[in-house]
Amino acid sequence: MQPLTDSVLALRPWLDRESWRVAATRRESHDTITLELEPPVGRTFSFQPGQFNMLYAFGVGEVPISVSGDPAADGPVRHTLRDMGAVTHALGTLRAGQQVGVRGPYGTHWPVAEAEGGDVVIVAGGVGLPPLRAAIYHLLAHRDRYRRIVLLYGARTPADLLYPAELAAWRGRFDLDVRVIVDTAAGDWRGDVGVVPDLIGPAPFDPAATTAFIVGPEIMMRFAIRALTQAGLSDEQIFLSAERNMHCATAMCGHCQIGPFFVCRDGPVFCYRALAPWLRHREA
Amino acid sequence: MEPIIDHGDQRMIARDDLDQLLGAIARRGFRLIGPTLRDGAIVYDDISSSADLPAGWTDEQDGGHYRLRRRDDEALFGYAVGPQSWKRYLFPPTSVVWRSGEGAAGAEPGPPMAFIGVRSCELRAIAIQDRVFLGGQHVDPIYAGQREGAFLVAVNCGTAGGTCFCVSMDAGPKAESGFDLALTELLDGGRHEFLAEAGTSRGADVLSEVVGRPAGGADTRAAARVTERTAASMGRQLDTSGIKDLLYNNFDHPRWDDVASRCLTCGNCTMVCPTCFCFAITDVTDLAGTQAEQQRSWDSCFTVDHSFVHGGPVRASGRSRYRQWMTHKLATWIDQFGTSGCVGCGRCITWCPVGIDITEEAAAIRATEGDTRGDT
Amino acid sequence: METLEHELRSHPFLGDLAPAYLTLLAGCASNVEFRAGAFLFREGARADRCFLLREGKVALEIGALGRGPIIIQTVAAGEVTGFSWLLEPHVWQFDGLAIEPVRAIALDGQCVRAECEKDPRLGFELMRRFAHLATSRLQSARLRLLDVYGTAHATPH
Repeated sequence: MQPLTDSVLALRPWLDRESWRVAATRRESHDTITLELEPPVGRTFSFQPGQFNMLYAFGVGEVPISVSGDPAADGPVRHTLRDMGAVTHALGTLRAGQQVGVRGPYGTHWPVAEAEGGDVVIVAGGVGLPPLRAAIYHLLAHRDRYRRIVLLYGARTPADLLYPAELAAWRGRFDLDVRVIVDTAAGDWRGDVGVVPDLIGPAPFDPAATTAFIVGPEIMMRFAIRALTQAGLSDEQIFLSAERNMHCATAMCGHCQIGPFFVCRDGPVFCYRALAPWLRHREA
Repeated sequence: MEPIIDHGDQRMIARDDLDQLLGAIARRGFRLIGPTLRDGAIVYDDISSSADLPAGWTDEQDGGHYRLRRRDDEALFGYAVGPQSWKRYLFPPTSVVWRSGEGAAGAEPGPPMAFIGVRSCELRAIAIQDRVFLGGQHVDPIYAGQREGAFLVAVNCGTAGGTCFCVSMDAGPKAESGFDLALTELLDGGRHEFLAEAGTSRGADVLSEVVGRPAGGADTRAAARVTERTAASMGRQLDTSGIKDLLYNNFDHPRWDDVASRCLTCGNCTMVCPTCFCFAITDVTDLAGTQAEQQRSWDSCFTVDHSFVHGGPVRASGRSRYRQWMTHKLATWIDQFGTSGCVGCGRCITWCPVGIDITEEAAAIRATEGDTRGDT
Repeated sequence: METLEHELRSHPFLGDLAPAYLTLLAGCASNVEFRAGAFLFREGARADRCFLLREGKVALEIGALGRGPIIIQTVAAGEVTGFSWLLEPHVWQFDGLAIEPVRAIALDGQCVRAECEKDPRLGFELMRRFAHLATSRLQSARLRLLDVYGTAHATPH
């Protein structure tokens, strides 16, 4: 047993929450908003795409929220969240000028460096797009390091599509292939209707040299992985963002475990190869 | 002039002089915590002298069974382990971790603690929790505060409990390291003494203030016989060879259904286990909503809420929750922390209301490994 | 005829059929065009043709009282509209609306079915392809039945 040393005690205590200011809020859809948060003066914040912060709503609770902004940009740090429970509801009612508790960033990030030199297929379902947006910014900022980049994005209805202005701008680029699909739509929709996995077969990418990033409802991710596998990708080429109950975000409270992995520390971005044996078991 | 005591040195202390040892520790500003008799069990609580120790008592333990019995001698440490472990002092069941206006909270102020009578399995459990709370990228300040400076007086077990299997887990019965002092109680042929060994210079320092004689060869051999006898009379045993792969490869074994039909998911096992570390954070405000606190409390993977994500729990069935606990304790812990999570103290067996026995479950799976439910 | 055969061969859905079969089917085929906003077929009408889309997009729609038309599936170039024409009762289940200008190869249902009766091997080849299409549509429908984006199943953040 090691005696406690000064270096141990000098490590960061896990609950190192700071008070950040809400610079702006933006409504993305009927139940989804983006918070633009400013760290305290003098504090620089940096993150890798795929990482998350723990956001604390005073007196209500704390939840993990992916950072969905541009890792290379200055300015307020963007977090997009969906109203799903007491805490996200409270966060969703914040106004500019108010304070919110923030600690982070935590977790693993999308392997944007390892994906260089090949095609990148981004598969996003619903509120899975925000954590992938940070990766898209990075890929576009270093566009010449990648071959084809394909974004396949699905939502329940057209009204649930996030970042429509950004999607339109991305679609306008010649070096980005954006395909959007919804479960169902009213008659005035001119886009595709169906499910995200259906977009994978026809998408243009070279399975021998592709990395896939997937975030979405778990069932959607499973079907998407199946479609990617059928298209010729191996488990090592597929990365997903997993989600579990989180309290501490620092591998101490035990809640976020999937098998031997702590999603807060060994994830949320995982290579499918590592997670596959555990995802195969129901209720693992 | 007192002979200089070194780390590793051994001394014999008479039973009646034990209070000198406790006094020397107390004089250094420590709060003494040791085994006491309360509510029909042996629980760790504040003590002031050896008179507070459960002299002449032993425990009778089996699956779902715990009784105290009188011994026919006055041994001070003649029992195995009670329902609680030192975890409740290092990682308190509830604490405030954050207060508005003040920020993150550390350990409650107070004198450093001296644990009197720490079993080898408990030393191992403390080392395991050290890794969880201190060994990662982040540190828990409450655990660090309680742990820092804690003085550990170990006791080498003279009695194996009915549910003990520390030998299988290579966690005892002899304390090898991690203590300031280690005592072996020698009670035979009219004598009642302790062989005391210093494990740190701090321990040696304390020992040098106690009347005693240097330990001789006969004493050392007598002490060795005590732990050998204990090791030979373990109540249970668990075959740990390849246990990680055994459990990884048997996720669909029908034994999980079998244990699920018995398990109440009451979570007793996680409460009494000295290594279980799950905790939950609860948010509390005053009525005006101007002051807020975050409280931390022990949690258990047996609760349905433990694995809750939007819409419902990942582990809804009792079967999956028992499997999670046992697989974590014996298998995934190894991948996470490099050691088993189990120290073989047997508490989970004793304090399970229906007497589920982790060693029996592991053996059953091993005996019929590869069996599946067929339908999954 | 030759041009139609060539077009059938270049369409992903039937392109890998044996050339002899493509020649046969070309005899049942014709080129059709629909402007955006025109219906290829209407719910409840006799399903007498199969459309292999070459250009454009078709929405499978259903009119719902008080809700306006709801799109349940879109079909893109290179795909096939459906299979109601192949099996009894030969009735379209949904409206097929061209939401972009559509150019397609139309296969006459009765003609194709007659060729299949004559040569069961051709029948098998066509059935195999349409069975695959049907299961693909079924899986897509099942996945949406699960309503994974609904509150109960969505990922947060």
